Amino acid sequence: MSLDPKQTHVLHEWKHGKPLIACCFDPTGRYLFTSSEDYTLQRWDLKDGSKVAWEAHDSWIRDIAFLPDGETVITAGCDDRIIFWPVTGDKPQPRAEVVAHKGWIRSVDVSTDGALIATGGNDHLVKLWDPNGKLVRELVGHKGHVYSVFFHPDGNSLLSGDLKGVVHQWETKTGKLMRSFEAKELFSYNTGQKVDYGGVRDIALSPDGKTLAFTGLHKATNPLGAINEPLVLLFDWAKGESVRKQPAEGIRGIGWQVEFLSDGSEVCASGGGGGGYLIFFKPAEEKPFHKLKLKDTARDMSLHPDGLQVATAHWDGYVRISRMEKKAAK
Amino acid sequence: MKCDYSCQSNDHLIARRQFLGGLAGSFVVGGLGALTNPVAAEQLKKNGMRVLVVYMSGGLSQLESWDPKPKTDTGGPFRAIQTAVPGTQICELLPKTATHMDKLSLIRSINTKNNDHGKGRYQMTYGRNKMPGTEHPHLGAVCAKALERSDNPLPGHIKVPGGSRGSDAAYLGPKYASVGMTGKPPANSERAKNLTESADALRNSFRRKVNDRFSLQRRTAETDVYTQSYEQALQLMEKRDVFDVDKEPASEHEKYGKFDLGKHCLMARRLLENDIPFVQVSHSNYDTHNENFNFHLEQLGEFDQAFSTLVNDLHERGMLETTLVVVMSEFGRTPKINARFGRDHWGSAWSVCLGGANVQPGGIIGKTNENGTKVIEREVDHGHLFHTYLSAVGLESSEAFDIGGREQPMADPSRTPISELIA
Repeated sequence: MSLDPKQTHVLHEWKHGKPLIACCFDPTGRYLFTSSEDYTLQRWDLKDGSKVAWEAHDSWIRDIAFLPDGETVITAGCDDRIIFWPVTGDKPQPRAEVVAHKGWIRSVDVSTDGALIATGGNDHLVKLWDPNGKLVRELVGHKGHVYSVFFHPDGNSLLSGDLKGVVHQWETKTGKLMRSFEAKELFSYNTGQKVDYGGVRDIALSPDGKTLAFTGLHKATNPLGAINEPLVLLFDWAKGESVRKQPAEGIRGIGWQVEFLSDGSEVCASGGGGGGYLIFFKPAEEKPFHKLKLKDTARDMSLHPDGLQVATAHWDGYVRISRMEKKAAK
Repeated sequence: MKCDYSCQSNDHLIARRQFLGGLAGSFVVGGLGALTNPVAAEQLKKNGMRVLVVYMSGGLSQLESWDPKPKTDTGGPFRAIQTAVPGTQICELLPKTATHMDKLSLIRSINTKNNDHGKGRYQMTYGRNKMPGTEHPHLGAVCAKALERSDNPLPGHIKVPGGSRGSDAAYLGPKYASVGMTGKPPANSERAKNLTESADALRNSFRRKVNDRFSLQRRTAETDVYTQSYEQALQLMEKRDVFDVDKEPASEHEKYGKFDLGKHCLMARRLLENDIPFVQVSHSNYDTHNENFNFHLEQLGEFDQAFSTLVNDLHERGMLETTLVVVMSEFGRTPKINARFGRDHWGSAWSVCLGGANVQPGGIIGKTNENGTKVIEREVDHGHLFHTYLSAVGLESSEAFDIGGREQPMADPSRTPISELIA
């Protein structure tokens, strides 16, 4: 069996019962963590779908990340805090808790070597932390809410994307702003409704390190009414130039997450007025080569370490795990 | 609107007297109640009551503002914060406003039984349900007439932002209809550069003479309004700077915020200081079916700065005791959070914030259940609210206007004020 996006099918549907917000596989591939509007964090055992849930923050959890050893999970809350939890145990207690930002923390990521943790918040700041929750560096430069943070696998760079469609590249050792990518198509100001809308919802890098992907939305003719379409933008990493726009025409929604697959293609999870989709693109092509409609709108997506499974968090209270290969014969 | 003024009916005489004499003659019903009492009327005039409405267009979420329900299934991501009133909490999106809650009160038990924008706007600003074939005046028109200053030539009913004269005064007549302003002096309000002051005075004198002769035989409501418009325009030209918010120092603009609502609230202060009886400022847009939390974060950030600054200024300048401040919408938003992180229309259990004038400060009227899905104490609707606004500025809301010999109740006669809120 091997990766075949066109054969993607939903393998598991596990019910939490309350609307889900975020999801993330642990790096060892044993568990899937999800968060919910009921303020709990859930740990799903991939062997049997059993769940352990506990109240975690004073508010919603917007993002989840892990230290590389798979023993510690970090949750980013709308209560200004990041909390470090043990991955296992029936009643996990916080290992550390940090008031990290003023306002929501929308994104958290961990460097490949586990030495640094990055957070991005509504205070327009990006912050770097050590694995014990000690502040290492504060990165100032965004002029809007920070929606996404992403460590380059080489460990030298951090990327952060904001509401206004600006992605900054920071040198992790010094905190110096190296350059910026203009992903302006992912932002709009609606003069009728007088609202800012969009944002760089997620950032990914291709396996060969040559191509960056940013996702979000465009064609926002009615932001308050969710009339918009998902969009993926590809940039050349070396040149810093835009190389392709990948719209998902006809689908109403937001591109919440984008990941590169082992064959170089991308999968984007979208959710919104048009329901939930997994949308597959090839970097050399503008149009998607495959779309899978999900049963309910998706709000987050995580790629399993095996590269063959994606989990999606849904408003209907289900987490769905899809396999991107041919269905096994019964 | 053709009326029989030219017949010299009593109605006309009353109307003429009202126009000339201001407040004291404006009311005839209620057994010649307080307002027809010259002493009371004089007192009201002396008090110089005013009304400021901040209209949160589209439907402000009560859960993200005045009635938070944190950590419930409807609560959303925002937390509740303490205010200047011990025991009263509002949403964390309003930290600056929270420090002024000792000057304001909340009504948390509104059920308008309506989820339609147009109907909701009508309910909340006209105080009644919209019925085919009937017209009632906007709250602003009612206030402009009932709180009219005979010595102030400026319009009594101003909407910010806006660009033209509204048709929202119904039987009270166009004189009390809204005038839209943006923060700049009205267009063409400067005397033309090639027209000398004396030439202008001469032509106005001629116009008045011709108008007077015409009105002796063929006077109508339309000709009256036409004449008034000219006279008002002349007076406006003299006071055009009142409408120029750029006359305010840069530090004031900074304080209110360099965005539309900041500018409009500063403009509102300027208008209220110039004794305009009714000013409505609108803030757009709260119709957040999608990403309710992101958009409330953005919009209420502006509101919190501009509104709290305005309340503080009114307080510090001694104006709050004569200025009713109301923050309203056409309805609230659903407790249930939809699939797009949105909240939809919800008229069944929502809130309004008000204060100043004769409103008891620091109060909370009514209550919703644990997750905000229904009113469980002291249910009120738009009719009660309309009465309450009028009562708060010293008017007897059960009284009526005499229009052409017909009594036109100021507010819905089937409702009464929320009396426990009025000092």
